[in-house]
Order: sequence, then structure tokens, then C-alpha cells
Amino acid sequence: MQYVNEFRDPEKAQVLIREIQGLTEELGATSESPIRIMEVCGGHTHTIFKFGLEQLLPDSIELIHGPGCPVCVLPMGRVDDCVALAEREEVILTTFGDAMRVPGSRKSLLQAKADGADVRMVYSPADALKLAQQNPEREVVFFGLGFETTMPSTALTVLQAASEGLSNFSLLCNHITIPQTLQALLDTPDLRIDAFIGPGHVSMVIGTEAYGFIAAQYGKPLVVSGFEPLDVLQSVWMILRQMQSGRCEVENQYRRVVPDSGNPAAQNAVAQVFELREFCEWRGLGSIAQSGVQLRKEYAAFDAEHKFRVAPQQVADPKECQCGEVLQGRIKPPQCRVFGTACTPQTPLGALMVSSEGACAAYYNYGIGRHPEPQAA
Amino acid sequence: MKRSSTITLAHGSGGRATRELIDSVLLKHFGKPDQSGLQDQALFAVEAQARLAFTTDSFVVNPLFFPGGDIGKLAVTGTVNDLAVGGATPLMLSCAMILEEGLELEVLEQVVQSMARTAEEAGVSIVTGDTKVVERGAADRMFLNTSGVGLVPHGVHIASYRATPGDQVLVSGFVGDHGAAIVDARGELHLDIPVQSDCQPLNGLMQVMLEACPDLHCVRDATRGGLATVLNEFASDSGVCLGLEESRIPVREVVRGVCELLGLDPLYLANEGTLAAIVPGDATEQVLEAMRRHPAGREACRIGEVREAPGQTVLLRTPFGTERVLDVLYGDQLPRIC
Repeated sequence: MQYVNEFRDPEKAQVLIREIQGLTEELGATSESPIRIMEVCGGHTHTIFKFGLEQLLPDSIELIHGPGCPVCVLPMGRVDDCVALAEREEVILTTFGDAMRVPGSRKSLLQAKADGADVRMVYSPADALKLAQQNPEREVVFFGLGFETTMPSTALTVLQAASEGLSNFSLLCNHITIPQTLQALLDTPDLRIDAFIGPGHVSMVIGTEAYGFIAAQYGKPLVVSGFEPLDVLQSVWMILRQMQSGRCEVENQYRRVVPDSGNPAAQNAVAQVFELREFCEWRGLGSIAQSGVQLRKEYAAFDAEHKFRVAPQQVADPKECQCGEVLQGRIKPPQCRVFGTACTPQTPLGALMVSSEGACAAYYNYGIGRHPEPQAA
Repeated sequence: MKRSSTITLAHGSGGRATRELIDSVLLKHFGKPDQSGLQDQALFAVEAQARLAFTTDSFVVNPLFFPGGDIGKLAVTGTVNDLAVGGATPLMLSCAMILEEGLELEVLEQVVQSMARTAEEAGVSIVTGDTKVVERGAADRMFLNTSGVGLVPHGVHIASYRATPGDQVLVSGFVGDHGAAIVDARGELHLDIPVQSDCQPLNGLMQVMLEACPDLHCVRDATRGGLATVLNEFASDSGVCLGLEESRIPVREVVRGVCELLGLDPLYLANEGTLAAIVPGDATEQVLEAMRRHPAGREACRIGEVREAPGQTVLLRTPFGTERVLDVLYGDQLPRIC
């Protein structure tokens, strides 16, 4: 598989690991006092676990698994909104596959479907638009979620619905933004993170300049990274090189996909359709200012919140949950009091157990903290 | 009376239309019974000491036809394979059909033909059956159920709890083909990939494997839940650890590509003509050689070994030399957002 196999070469990985080892020694990092790097994106978390990268890295590097899994951070109240919409007779509710299993306070969309609601999995918002064209007597609602990666396709779909004058298509919007969320995280007192592996596909849309403040104001290096194991290892290496040479910058490891200025056409579509929300609710992190978007007034006709008078419901995260502490790097998933007992992928209580890209689900599914830890060769 | 071109409720009435359907479609392809005529049961003689194997399976695949197979072929291979992987020689199958009113007769006939062809290939007869017609909307075009009986030879004892440290783990061919072909055939993604379902009877392959080593320990066809699920069943029922080498597990490039695109794992995709086996260490080479000489096992290979600890666990060694647990999924794999 071209563009994949090259980035999974075990020999090249060994070279990088040796370099990383040398750099951490030079920087004086130890297992007691490690360099803490947060990978923001759930896709990176997935790669780290799938390829066992933590077993390859020296103990003097600690990876902290960030909030960048849009399915994980979907708040319960929002799922409740979706379920309530899906239960309306006239509505076909459409969304992405992995959003279907996220628990609401009453039920998930998958359970709502089993109970008779018309919920359909789509691969893109364009599929939802097609459903609206094919079913003029029904109301098709697309539950749009995701970071800046999926925002442009939703924006273009709304624009297309508007140009076709479709009256039975609307969007329930839960698109969220990465830079504001990172800022909220960075403002947490006593945060223990030294550097960031920045999201790849979000950056393909917004570019790398959007993270400038992280290096400039907060003094943390950030490297935008691809999703293959060599990408992640090289990004760790680039972060260490910055530290070694006393630099603190935003760098781009994922040049084969991410232009520094992002994708202007996508940015325009997003800006045309969406505006920042005052506050946005995150599972595990609470309410963060300006961390999500909503449809502009001009597109209110396509806004399901407006059309069906959805009053956003707020449901508090379960008290036992320690997702926030995991996200801030204070504890590891197995140290959470409900990990693997009350909270499992079958019955997730917290954000990070919900999707396979969440840190806790990754720990659980790959057996870390449940079995004796597998050893590297 | 002109023959109707679709299934109607009359075809399920038990009256003349039902009889016509049985004669003109089912018996035409499955073959007529001997002089005993059509009874409410099929009779067959067995030796007093033989062990009978008996299994049943239902088929509701959508779409009915997909690259490399159809629901009829699947219904025969599914039951034949469930018998075969237990070491049984499949003998006879039943076939029950639930048809939705309005199903085109032509479609039914194509499916029945495919069943007959597959049964012939597998050397089994379809000897009894049932047909019901339900109102439009009460079924999705056609549901099939097949049950089958087979005979298990003396000295053969294949069971999921028999994996022993030192045994080797084999797989008979590429994994994930069927699952990928179905994703493609549903047409929602417009992928148009050159991959066919692996749907095929495995009793011939099992026969040569048993000739090479009558004491096979565990064998299962890796259907729903894929290779990962079957291997977890072996590890769990035997209380052992299966240590796999990821790079040895055969997955076609195109299937790997589809999985990368959708965020799926080929090790959890369904197969319909691929088996996983655990064999005693000293018999591994003979069994592998025999498998590779058979058309259904040409790509057979060793993918790992059985260890003592950690018990009830499948560990996957990645090409990077790291290890991770390969667990059982709670539900279906769902495509990821981004």
C-alpha cells in the first residue's frame, strides 16, 4: 500500500528510537521526571496503541492522550437532543457510524433505532442530503459532529441544500474547534504537559499558523503530525530536537498533506456557514468558551435546533468519572476509580471509554491495565 | 394458469401454488426424493456406533447477490463448514425459506440453483425443507435457514478447549475478503474494489487436513467476528495464550486498503470460506503441506503459536516487535469519523 507501507518500516523506526533515546538522555529526562508530550488527536492515540509505540519509547518520555476524539467528547445532553429528534415521527436522523453508540442519559442512537426510531448511518453529509431529496415527505436531520476536519463537508452540504432550496434537510450541529480547546487546557492550573503532537487532519483545513499562540504565549513546542507510526515517532524526535536546541516553535511534520496555510477553500466554506458559539459543552471537560460553532442566522432554515426548537439539554458527567484528570495528564486510565469495572467499552461512563480512539478504550481494548503488561522484544 | 413471476401469499398457503413452487423450483434443482416420495421427514440409515454432528444456521445477508457468492451459496457453505470444522463428513442438509411477498421468482430460482450447485460441489444432498411466505415488509426479500447432519469418524476430537502450549496456529487463506466484498456490494461507498467473497465449502480441505493429522486440536471457520473472535474463543476455552505474528497473517492489499480508509480492522471482518486451526506442533508441516495442495488452502500459513501465559489472551506481535492484546469486540465495527 503506497503512502502507508513506507511509514511503517520497522528498521527506520529503530533508527528514530535510537535518536530519541540519545536526545532524552542529553535533555536529562528520566522515568521519574519524564518529558510529557500530549498527542491531541484520537487518531494518533489509535496509532500509538495499534503499533505499541509506548513500548518502544524510553521511559523518560510519557505520552498523554488528549481530547481530540470528537465522539468521546460528545456530551450526554447532546445525545439526548439527537434521540429526542430521532423519536419524532417525521424525522430520519442521520449520522456517522461511531456516533451511534455514544450513551445519552436515556439511551444511545443505536438503542433508539432498535426501539423504532428511524436512525441511519451515513458516510458523509452528502448522503444525508441525498436522503432528503429522495424522501421529500420526511424531515432529514444530519447530526454533524467532529473537529475542523469534518466541518467543511458539513458546510458545503448546507450550502448545497440552500442552493437547491431543500426544505426538508437540517443540521444538528456539534462541530467543535481544536485551538480554543487547547487554550482552555493550557489555562488549567498545574498542567503537566511539556509539548504537543498536533492534529494532522484538522491542520489540513486550518493550517499550522492557528497554533502559534501555543508556542509563543505558553512556551510549548507543537509538531503537526501524520498518523502512521513513523510520523508519530518523527514528531516526538522533532519536539526533542526543539528542546535540545532551545527552540519553541510550531513545526509541520505532515507536509505531504498539510500546507502551512491550510485549505483556504474549506476555510471560506466554514466561515460562510458557521460562527463561533459562545460556549460549548464537552464530555469530560465541561463548558469551554468559543470551542464550537453554530449555523449563522442566514442559514437558520437549515438549523435543526431552530427548526425543531431543540432546547439544548445539559446533563452532568457521572461523578465517579475521572476523565478530566486523565486528559490533563494527572492520572493514567487504569488509575481511574471506575476503569474496567463500572466503566468499560460496553458500558462507558466517561468520554474516554466511548470511542475506540479514546485513551481509556484504547487501554482497555489493547489489554493495558487489565492483563500483565506485554513486554517489548 | 400462467405462472406468476413473483412470490405471492398463495405460494405459502400449503395449497396448489405451494406444490407448484416446490415442483417447479425446489425439486427441479435439489433433485427428487427416491420412491418414498415427499414425506414430512427425510429418513437415512446410520451405523450404530457413529457419532452424529448436527448444526443449524440462518442467513439474512443484504444484498442477496455479492461478488463471489449469494445467499444460497452462503447458506450451503455455512452449514457444511460448521459440520466440517468439527471433523464431520457432511451428509445431508435441510433448507427452510422465508420469502417476502413480491420476491421475483427468477431471483428465487437463481438462489436455489446456486444452492444446488454448491451442495453438489460439497458432496451433500438437500433432503428436506420448508417454505413460508410473509407479507411485504415482514421480511427483507428472502431469509434462509439450513440445518445439516454429518458423521464424525472415530479418533477425531476437535474442540475449542483443546489448544495446548506448543501447538501451532494456522489459517487457511486470506482473511477479510468476505467482509470487504459485502461492504463494497452494498454500494454505499462506490469503491468498486476487485475483491470477491471467499465463500466456499471447506469439507474437502478438512478431509485432507485430517488425513495429514487425525488429532487436530481446534478448528473453526472464521465467520462473524472474523479471525480475531475465533482465536479468542480458542484462547478463552482452552485457558491459554495465542501469540500471533501480525506480519504473517495474510490480508490482501485491497482489503487492507478498504480497512485503512474506513477505520476497520480486517481481523474482525467476516470470512465464509477460511478456517483457523490449532494443530500439535510436530504435525504442523504435514498439515500445512496438505492444506496448500488443496484449492481451498493454497494460501495456508502458520500465524502463531500457543503459549501457557497470560491465559485466555490473544497477543499480537507487531512488525515493530511490540505486543498488544487482540480482544473481542462488543458489537459490530463501525466506520470512524475521521
